[in-house]
Amino acid sequence: MPAHDGTTEQNDGTDDMTDTVADPIYKTDALIAQDIDQYLKVHEHKTMLRFITCGSVDDGKSTLIGRLLYDSKMIFEDQLEALQSDSRKVGTQGHEIDFALLVDGLAAEREQGITIDVAYRFFATEKRKFIVADTPGHEQYTRNMVTGASTADLAVILIDARKGVLTQTRRHSYLAHLIGIQNIVLAVNKMDLVDYDQATFEAIVEDYTAFAKSIGITAFTAMPISGFKGDNITTLSANTPWYQGPSLIEHLETVEVNSATDADKPFRMPVQWVNRPNLDFRGFSGLIATGSVRPGDSVRVLPSGKTSSVSRIVTLNGDLEQAVAGQSVTLCFADEIDCSRGDVIALADSPPQAADQFEATIVWMADEEMLPGRAYWLKIGTQTVTATIQQPKYQVNVNTMEHLAAKTLDLNAIGVANLSTDKQIVFEPYADNRTLGGFILIDKISNATVAAGMLHFSLRRAQNVHWQATDVSRDFHARLKNQRPAVLWFTGLSGAGKSTIANLVEKKLARMNRHTFLLDGDNVRHGLNKDLGFTDADRVENIRRVGEVAKLMTDAGLIVITAFISPFRSERDMVRQMMQPGEFFEVHIDTPLAEAEARDVKGLYKKARAGELKNFTGIDSPYEPPHDPEMRIDTTAMTADEAADAIVARLIP
Amino acid sequence: MLDKKTLTHLERLEAESIHILREVVSEAEKPVMLYSVGKDSAVMLHLARKAFYPSPPPFPLLHVDTTWKFRAMYELRNRMARESGMELLVYQNPEAKDRGINPFDHGPLHTDMWKTEGLKQALNLYGFDAAFGGARRDEEKSRAKERIFSFRTASHGWDPKNQRPELWNLYNARKNKGESIRVFPISNWTELDIWQYIHLNDVPIVPLYFADKRPTVERDGMLLMVDDDRFPLQPGEEPVMRSIRFRTLGCYPLTGAVESEARTLPEVIQETLLTTTSERQGRAIDKDAGGAGMEKKKQEGYF
Repeated sequence: MPAHDGTTEQNDGTDDMTDTVADPIYKTDALIAQDIDQYLKVHEHKTMLRFITCGSVDDGKSTLIGRLLYDSKMIFEDQLEALQSDSRKVGTQGHEIDFALLVDGLAAEREQGITIDVAYRFFATEKRKFIVADTPGHEQYTRNMVTGASTADLAVILIDARKGVLTQTRRHSYLAHLIGIQNIVLAVNKMDLVDYDQATFEAIVEDYTAFAKSIGITAFTAMPISGFKGDNITTLSANTPWYQGPSLIEHLETVEVNSATDADKPFRMPVQWVNRPNLDFRGFSGLIATGSVRPGDSVRVLPSGKTSSVSRIVTLNGDLEQAVAGQSVTLCFADEIDCSRGDVIALADSPPQAADQFEATIVWMADEEMLPGRAYWLKIGTQTVTATIQQPKYQVNVNTMEHLAAKTLDLNAIGVANLSTDKQIVFEPYADNRTLGGFILIDKISNATVAAGMLHFSLRRAQNVHWQATDVSRDFHARLKNQRPAVLWFTGLSGAGKSTIANLVEKKLARMNRHTFLLDGDNVRHGLNKDLGFTDADRVENIRRVGEVAKLMTDAGLIVITAFISPFRSERDMVRQMMQPGEFFEVHIDTPLAEAEARDVKGLYKKARAGELKNFTGIDSPYEPPHDPEMRIDTTAMTADEAADAIVARLIP
Repeated sequence: MLDKKTLTHLERLEAESIHILREVVSEAEKPVMLYSVGKDSAVMLHLARKAFYPSPPPFPLLHVDTTWKFRAMYELRNRMARESGMELLVYQNPEAKDRGINPFDHGPLHTDMWKTEGLKQALNLYGFDAAFGGARRDEEKSRAKERIFSFRTASHGWDPKNQRPELWNLYNARKNKGESIRVFPISNWTELDIWQYIHLNDVPIVPLYFADKRPTVERDGMLLMVDDDRFPLQPGEEPVMRSIRFRTLGCYPLTGAVESEARTLPEVIQETLLTTTSERQGRAIDKDAGGAGMEKKKQEGYF
């Protein structure tokens, strides 16, 4: 810790910015000028720390980052000139330099005077290179903070010394803790505006300590600073003689980074890409998530469980003796075993598990709310599978940490829910392994990233419920009936003619000695699905259950005919995924809305138009027609009987 | 060495970039690397060779050419394509060629037609769904907020308010037909990191980055190099031999040189570190539209 030298920091109130620029921490110019080779050597061995700054709108976050960049000489003269002229034009600091303008990048933000997205900034000191994620403090931007925090080793939580611990402070701390950031810095900012008062600082720290404990933060480092004036940023300030240190920069330079702790864990590497330039070389490329690996190590490939040993660690600069967490490498095995993208290579005697049902924390990041039961893509490491989420167990109020009942999650909501995947994934709890425990959810239609999640554990039933191997196989069932199982999935508006045509199809097939079963929407809702209504979420669950029933029936060798509106593409696709390839026939009973409404066999359209029926497809709930169905039946161009003949002819040519 | 655990910043940056390159190759249908022959492109290409070694990088290099690059750039471009074993695609906007668009007579239209339009045309022509670019977040303010996987509409537009959240190192490369992704594997590198990496790995770069005596004229406060006889000299203008080098390389009539004696890489780095102006200062492109020049260009489809 540097001696506190009051003479270099005469703070006479003139705010001359140059006094802190010449700070010893950054005084590398002399070395650069005299011995560039030596300087490069030092720079070569620098480590890297990624951190986020979190604060409310006026906590001075952008000013602090601007100050760090300015002090580390990441701002050049031309940028400074632009900054000075901008400060006069749009600055909020009167005639003084507005550091926030340095980091508020997008034109829209300049006008509004706020930061609206995650921005990444870079600076370096003698010891470290830093990447700062600047994340906004508004409630509606929780997703940005979670995004910025996901790659951070450390979080700087800013508090305005005049205001103390606010709701936002609690929210930021909770999110940082949720994402698993171990190093938390409580930066009590704007100390200049409270006359550097020690009691003010200590009261805030005491207040924060009590809160931190309540959410499970066991350790943090508190410091009194002024981003605007530069106090305790690079060196200790004469204005706070009662503070013993460290300065913000000193702390950032010495704190341990994540990759160092990851290296101590058992070896795991998700396989990204199989490298096969020719028949003689087969390598498995990936970024080592945890642990280390050397040639000769016994490894296990998951989920298959096959074992081999590492023969080489191949790089362009020659083979390596060892590779550690954080490195991108290519491994070769001593034996030819199956291994492809999505597999995880792990230490043979301490492998991670595979499962398909989990409890997880989910942060919802899309405008469109989560639909329990809908199929989303789940990407975890290099594995991408289909996942469905159940109704949340609870949602967390990020301001009070209370658990609230919730049926779904909307934008920026955080909740805990069970989820299941269509096949087993190799995983570890997020708390142990960010790579094998952190996932994103992707909407199958829009392809947007709609959520981030963290796996807690696999559900016991996933571990204990095994597939019972039966001696009479699905093929045997089908052969016995002398037919190929299939699902004829009718979709279309209410009143389109689905049930009528389905009924005719079943009769025709029965006459041909085919074993069939007709699952009708109305009938199923009297029994299996009588607990479900007509909200989007319930419609999704309705279809999921029908899909599962249809699947069991195809296992029994049956030809299943279903007649459900099934308005959403993603659910129909989900059911398609459940079936064996070639056994799913999507039949679009295509009747224009006006025609279906004119028929109105059950009188439902009339009721819906009168407002007596809510969520009626085509009226106040959407219908998404199939893009590429196996068959499209235009009911305005043929009779029900002709339609049924066409469908049977397609199924049994 | 064997118990070394904490990676240096360059090792972490390298590993991250390689990870990104491999993800794109695994998830995209038809990736391409935009190769501008500058120092950032040089590092990006080197990282690609590392990522897929011993295979050559499994995608082509695309040079969106303006016909006005420095001669030394064309030389290095052809050499690197040969050495890396990659296919080199060179695209020149035929309309710009027909109309004889040049930086002397057409000002901003030159960049717009050769580069912005040329890039869109090339991507459409070949049907690439993912394009690597060598942009860095430290270059310019709007870059600082761009994702590593930057999603583009079918018309190549960028909507800064509607970017996909990017968590951990999980990248979402899914897109609909016609849409594409620009990917920036060296987003998190700074100018100094680039130089240091070139130094440590002997990455080949265009010799114009090093000082030498070259024919120059001074125009509007910029030192321009007279690289070939297409350079129209104004009355009274006479090329003067000066010891100069370039901090960035683009079209030679648009790229300002600095007077320098730095003939080795450490000397160049030394000068870079002691300099007081930013890297893009030698370029005219950032200064349009009240400081939002680059953001506006990017929304229009510029890289």
